[in-house]
Amino acid sequence: MPKTAASSSPIVEISDLDFCYGPVQALHGVNLAIPARQVTALIGPSGCGKSTLLRCLNRMNDLIEGARVARGSIRIHGIDIHGPEVDVIELRKHVGMVFQKSNPFPKSIYENIAYGLRLQGVRDRARLDAVVEQSLRGAALWDEVKDRLHQSALGLSGGQQQRLCIARTIAVEPEIILMDEPCSALDPVATAKIEELIQELRARYSIVIVTHNMQQAARCSDQTAFFYLGRLVEQAPTRDIFTNPANPQTEAYVSGRFG
Amino acid sequence: MSAPSSPFAPRSRQRRLREGLVIAVFRAATYVVLLAGGGVFADILIKGSRTVFQAEAPFINTTFLFSAPESLHVFEWEGRRREMGDREFRAFREREPGAADVRAESFVYSAGGIWPCIAGTLLLVAGAMTLALAVGVSSAVYLSEYARDGRFIRFVRLAILNLAGVPSIVFGLFGFGMFVIFFGWNVSLLAGWFTLAFMVLPVVITASEEALKAVPQGLRAAALALGATRWQTIRTAVLPYALPGILTSSILGIARVAGETAPIMFTAAYVVRDRLPWEVERAIDFLFQGVMALPYHIYVVSSKIPQNEYTERVQYGTAFVFLLLVAFVAAASIFLRNRLRARLRW
Repeated sequence: MPKTAASSSPIVEISDLDFCYGPVQALHGVNLAIPARQVTALIGPSGCGKSTLLRCLNRMNDLIEGARVARGSIRIHGIDIHGPEVDVIELRKHVGMVFQKSNPFPKSIYENIAYGLRLQGVRDRARLDAVVEQSLRGAALWDEVKDRLHQSALGLSGGQQQRLCIARTIAVEPEIILMDEPCSALDPVATAKIEELIQELRARYSIVIVTHNMQQAARCSDQTAFFYLGRLVEQAPTRDIFTNPANPQTEAYVSGRFG
Repeated sequence: MSAPSSPFAPRSRQRRLREGLVIAVFRAATYVVLLAGGGVFADILIKGSRTVFQAEAPFINTTFLFSAPESLHVFEWEGRRREMGDREFRAFREREPGAADVRAESFVYSAGGIWPCIAGTLLLVAGAMTLALAVGVSSAVYLSEYARDGRFIRFVRLAILNLAGVPSIVFGLFGFGMFVIFFGWNVSLLAGWFTLAFMVLPVVITASEEALKAVPQGLRAAALALGATRWQTIRTAVLPYALPGILTSSILGIARVAGETAPIMFTAAYVVRDRLPWEVERAIDFLFQGVMALPYHIYVVSSKIPQNEYTERVQYGTAFVFLLLVAFVAAASIFLRNRLRARLRW
């Protein structure tokens, strides 16, 4: 039985969520509380629905034809994000996302970070400068790029590009940051840097991270939720999941016997 | 028994011969194409350059490039054969006593130049491409970014593809019925722009859609996840990166718009017009005037006037200039596209 364990008050509450892509049901009755200012890892084998759930949280699934919430709700601060009162554009400003494949715009480093603010109509140069510096520092990238802010972001290494994407996300000051396997295309050194960064970010943001890498979940998350075949099997503090899982399926997965 | 044959033994003679034959056929087909194309170019370049270039300074026949067509008058004078254009001939008859009743043979359009045609073609291309890009890119954006892929959209796409196969003379007739007669625009630049734009729209739409699809999905996702609206996403994270591809498609469109005779012969082209397009009294008249155009001029001087030794000069000279013009416009677009592309690598 999924057991809900949250040591601080939840910022996101998912209740009885059924999610479908057309006729295919991807999530079955998911109940999950995501605590504020902690790192929650979603783990599970491919196709288990963890990425679908992640993309529900900022409604990126809206873009997929036929994708819909069939039952249940997702509440952020108690507000149903699929409700009629919710503007998806505003939602996405509060719930940022970092993608599996780093996707900087083919613009300068500076313009990448300033993009989100420019969307909101910010023209004040001093403010943009300040936010760019602050965001790059926040993503531990400032020292590496401060001398080439106006060069193309595509000249950065893969790990730097991914940290740039994180900087770009925090520039619009979200409360929640979703990360969809952010390190899967990176080498171990770059991965370590991102993990370190996640540890720093958790003081200010609530982070939900999807990962295939169980060591990564163990290293950098506070809560872990294990999904299998579209169902939440178990959610618990990370240490419990990896040392003392309640469910035999979880144990089989975290000990590497399947998945 | 002979030694067991090696698995790598050479193939039989017959099979090698067949292979060689196939290659020879393909190669021959390629060379035939090359020969045909080269023949056309060489013919026009050699014959045309005789009209366009000249031996004495400034080495370019400026009369041919920068004046309007005139009739050529050929006559004997003081034992010498003289060739003169209209104006020159008139001045000559006033100047020379006894020349008033000289008997001259006249050949229409064989003197003067093709400046009004060059100007007309440039104007037609500029206007038609502007229209076609505005409408074409907009509908490509709608089709690839907004529209949900249903039966209706598939039907629209099919209709657009079919439009690309409609013969250009049909577009000409449509333009004549719609713009010239029904809208009452008469034979005019405006009617020509619309007719030509309609003709290239399918090419522009299809190619623009391809260009939009080639923009990585990740860029759209990134913009949306940062709180961009659909339109902000398209404007800032999709269109700029699709632009080089869209321009590539419009380069093909330019060649087609500049080259087609059929769509403009009923809608925009005059056989002859002395006044240049910008010599109008009111600004609005600019849109409602017919113009001369290079392809139509070639058609007229090649089939609508009596052929003689003088007409060939004009025909090939015009064709030569026409080729250069299209090449120049296409080169300019390619240059523009490459500059854009260099700025936007991903």
